[in-house]
Amino acid sequence: MRNKLVKTISNTFAALTTAATAMSLMFPATAFAEYKLNLQIPNSALGHTIYDLHTIITWVCVVIFIVVFGFMFYAIFKHRKSVGHPASNFHEHFWVEVAWTIVPCIILLVMMVPATKALIQLRDTSEPDMTIKATGYQWKWGYDYIKGEGEGISFYSSLSTPRAQIEGTEKKGEHYLLETDTHVVVPVGKKIRMLVTAADVIHAWWVPALAVKQDAVPGFIRDTWFKATEPGIFRGQCAELCGKDHGFMPIVVEVKTAADYSKWVDSQKASMKKAAVADAPDKAWTLDELKARGEKVYAANCVACHQPTGMGNPPTFPALSGSKIVNGPKEEQLDRVLNGKAGTAMAPFKHLSDADLASVITYTRNSWANKTGEMVAPADVKAARAATK
Amino acid sequence: MSTATHDHAHGHSHDGGHAHDDHAHDHKPYGMMRWLGSTNHKDIGTMYLWFSFTMFLVGGVMALIIRAELFQPGLQIVRPEFFNSMTTYHGLIMVFGAIMPAFVGFANWLIPMQIGAPDMAFPRMNNLSFWLLPPAAMLLIAAQFAPGGGAGVGWTMYAPLTTQAGPAMDLTIFAVHILGMSSIMGSINIITTILNMRAPGMTLMKMPLFCWTWLITAYLLVASMPVLAGAVTMTLTDRHFGTNFFNAAGGGDPVLYQHIFWFFGHPEVYIIAIPAFGVVSQVIPAFSRKPLFGYASMVYATASIAILSFMVWAHHMYTVGMPVEAQLYFMYATTLIAIPTGVKVFNWVATMWKGSLTFETPMLFALGFLFLFSLGGFTGLVLSIVPVDVQLHDTYYVVAHFHYVMVAGALFSAFAGIYFWLPKWTGRMYNETLGKWHFWLSLIFFNVTFFVQHFLGLAGMPRRVPDYALQFAEFNMISSIGAFGFGLSQLLFLYVVVKCITSGEKAEQKQWEGADSLEWTHLPSPAPYHSFVTPPALK
Ligand code: HEC
Ligand code: HEM
Ligand SMILES: [Cu+2]
Ligand SMILES: [Cu+2]
Repeated sequence: MRNKLVKTISNTFAALTTAATAMSLMFPATAFAEYKLNLQIPNSALGHTIYDLHTIITWVCVVIFIVVFGFMFYAIFKHRKSVGHPASNFHEHFWVEVAWTIVPCIILLVMMVPATKALIQLRDTSEPDMTIKATGYQWKWGYDYIKGEGEGISFYSSLSTPRAQIEGTEKKGEHYLLETDTHVVVPVGKKIRMLVTAADVIHAWWVPALAVKQDAVPGFIRDTWFKATEPGIFRGQCAELCGKDHGFMPIVVEVKTAADYSKWVDSQKASMKKAAVADAPDKAWTLDELKARGEKVYAANCVACHQPTGMGNPPTFPALSGSKIVNGPKEEQLDRVLNGKAGTAMAPFKHLSDADLASVITYTRNSWANKTGEMVAPADVKAARAATK
Repeated sequence: MSTATHDHAHGHSHDGGHAHDDHAHDHKPYGMMRWLGSTNHKDIGTMYLWFSFTMFLVGGVMALIIRAELFQPGLQIVRPEFFNSMTTYHGLIMVFGAIMPAFVGFANWLIPMQIGAPDMAFPRMNNLSFWLLPPAAMLLIAAQFAPGGGAGVGWTMYAPLTTQAGPAMDLTIFAVHILGMSSIMGSINIITTILNMRAPGMTLMKMPLFCWTWLITAYLLVASMPVLAGAVTMTLTDRHFGTNFFNAAGGGDPVLYQHIFWFFGHPEVYIIAIPAFGVVSQVIPAFSRKPLFGYASMVYATASIAILSFMVWAHHMYTVGMPVEAQLYFMYATTLIAIPTGVKVFNWVATMWKGSLTFETPMLFALGFLFLFSLGGFTGLVLSIVPVDVQLHDTYYVVAHFHYVMVAGALFSAFAGIYFWLPKWTGRMYNETLGKWHFWLSLIFFNVTFFVQHFLGLAGMPRRVPDYALQFAEFNMISSIGAFGFGLSQLLFLYVVVKCITSGEKAEQKQWEGADSLEWTHLPSPAPYHSFVTPPALK
């Protein structure tokens, strides 16, 4: 009987391995990485603390597990009827029961010491060298450098993996789904305080190697911190279900040396200045200029729901092509895009600049089936903003 | 319809539609009405169990759709919206449709027999608690076809994502309300039955442990289901009636929802686990041919787990940004639960110690439960440590953890119970060889599916994602293969059960040598339609 079982099990395993090998041969195009069995290698002191804490606790569990189930397997093999073991009749033992209540208590108490220390360290966001705000949007992240070197820098960061790779018509790249158009750049060895919030639903800002995960709750600002020990690129993802593209809003943190970081800050400041000149409030835009810029804004902010074709994904996400609002009076569209519509996935887009909003509205009013020939100027956006305040 | 309908139409006040001229106690009404109007605890128990198995298959198909999409990186089979809907309804259906009704089915079948009562205390309410389930299930399935598809909000239904969801959300909320009513009525029935209908001499501390676990679970249900109903009702009014409970812009707080949900949600975990403890506490002594070790401490441990379960809810919310003092409190309180849970595991092992063990299918599943549930308990302990949970929260590590406690825990225990009591219920034996096959296949494929998910979570794969980075490819493929194997193995279970009912060998009254509760010692197999018409004589 036992032989038969062992055989059954080994046959099943053999079948499984064969199946797995066959599968991997069938899909040679997929780049296979090695099997990762543990937490990512940390790049911060806190990360190491947590890594070690996890290792210790796991081993404590393994040891207890082996002891307890050592007894169980001993009983299974020695105290079975088929080897003629007679049943005893005992059913309580005061001291044994006291012991196995007290001993786990002591083990847990001991475990709580490093756990408490690590937790207090984890939550200590005091005395940061720099403060950055991360805002979760459906489905990208926005960053504002609030305090410290680089103050005033502000940008969005969205997934840069091409659609074709996701749909499988193109080979997947090395950093498939973990790559973004812009990186959160920070200096090495500096304590970075992250203020985390969201504009629409709850997201979570998570970078495993830096041991930070903080929920981004709309309407509230929470904080967390990290301090990278080595320069490099560290990748994470949104960790709280936030709707359709929850799996497609990665985070990329680029840690640079102090000198490189300063260089990056300078280049950012320079390009922001250029953009400010280009978007000067008195600038006269042409329809084509706005349309061209609007196409980019649309691709960065609207395609996820309304699709590149403007056809949306009805009934959840309406088509903009042929939409009554888009082809109607521009005030209504301005209001919809600026303020969103409560209770739907259409969030307010107030955070975009006047020029960006003007261009994306102009673009949608003059693309696909929409041929209003009208343009919406940044000044119109400014007026609409003032009206809703 | 049959003549049974006519008997009812007479306004004949008797439950179950007895024909007027025949009051013999094993008389059953015929056809549809036997089931629709049933007030018999056995028939209702049977319906609960078949309903549960059906939902298990529906939820299982949803799990397989998820695993099929995750077989390889990239989007191949479903769109992300549909994927989210599948995780949501898989979770809801498995928790509320499969596991909870399965154990209510056991409660119905067993409690009257084990305490020496003729039936449940409120037979008509019993009928209603069951018949509320199919409409609720229908609503959950209908939600898939609502405009915009199912609500992809997760079984936890966090605000404010729920405010964005389409009409499917309203159907889901309504379904949760109905399920809650059903559970509360079922619980009132169980509490009343156990407290008032025990045979003379059956003191509380003499009851089989299964009855104790259900008594405690029923209190948990009565205390926690209204809280869930409150949370989803607030969601409903936020969606449609202009309230702002969970909307920061209107002075509310999205995190409030999570506090309310998990105040229900953590006890819910024990609502699922405690009856499973009860089943295992009947099975292990029977096949060890030895009384349960530490009966009294089992009762106290179960009660303390139940009480503690109301004080640890925020361990599901370590990353929302609570004050550090609150995090410390919830960490300490959570690890405290490990103590009574440990006591239970030690008691089961001590029950086996120096017994005379045999390994029929129920015992195999009970041992599978013991081994794997403990493993899930240990990963739970790892997760209770806040700094570690910050890395593991909302990853596949958590998915692995709760499937160890829910599938290898609750589901394996339900399988153990089914194989254990089938002979008593049907009067026939199942095929032992096939039962063992079912066990080994389930055990192996379960671990193939879920063990590797620990590694995925550790390496950084978030849960509830339809696509993933390339470094997660191998383990996802293995996990998907395991899932299909596990799913297929359950068809074998169906076959074994149907074969047992239709053509199994005759079972004896005391089919298991070591079984000692009243249903084995005092009632024939199959058990008569009305369990104890006169209370059994107890010493
Ligand atoms: C997260 C998904 C999402 C994103 C991103 C999004 N929208 Fe929308 N949008 C919606 C939804 C949902 C509606 C429908 C709201 C309703 O029910 O009226 C909508 C409606 C609209 C409408 C009104 C269309 C009509 O006919 O009712 C306009 C105009 C619009 N969006 C423009 C935009 C623009 C411009 C952007 C980019 C800056 C954008 N949306 C980004 C989800 C989105
Ligand atoms: C064949 C067995 C099963 C398989 C293959 C399976 C698979 C899965 C998968 C792939 C997920 C999605 C994980 C994620 O993305 O977060 C999931 C979630 C879940 N499963 Fe299962 N599952 C099985 C059985 C069960 C059972 C029996 C229960 C019973 C209680 C259960 C309860 C849940 C819950 C509560 C969730 C969370 C849903 C959510 O994230 O909202 N599963 N399961
Ligand atoms: Cu997300
Ligand atoms: Cu919990």
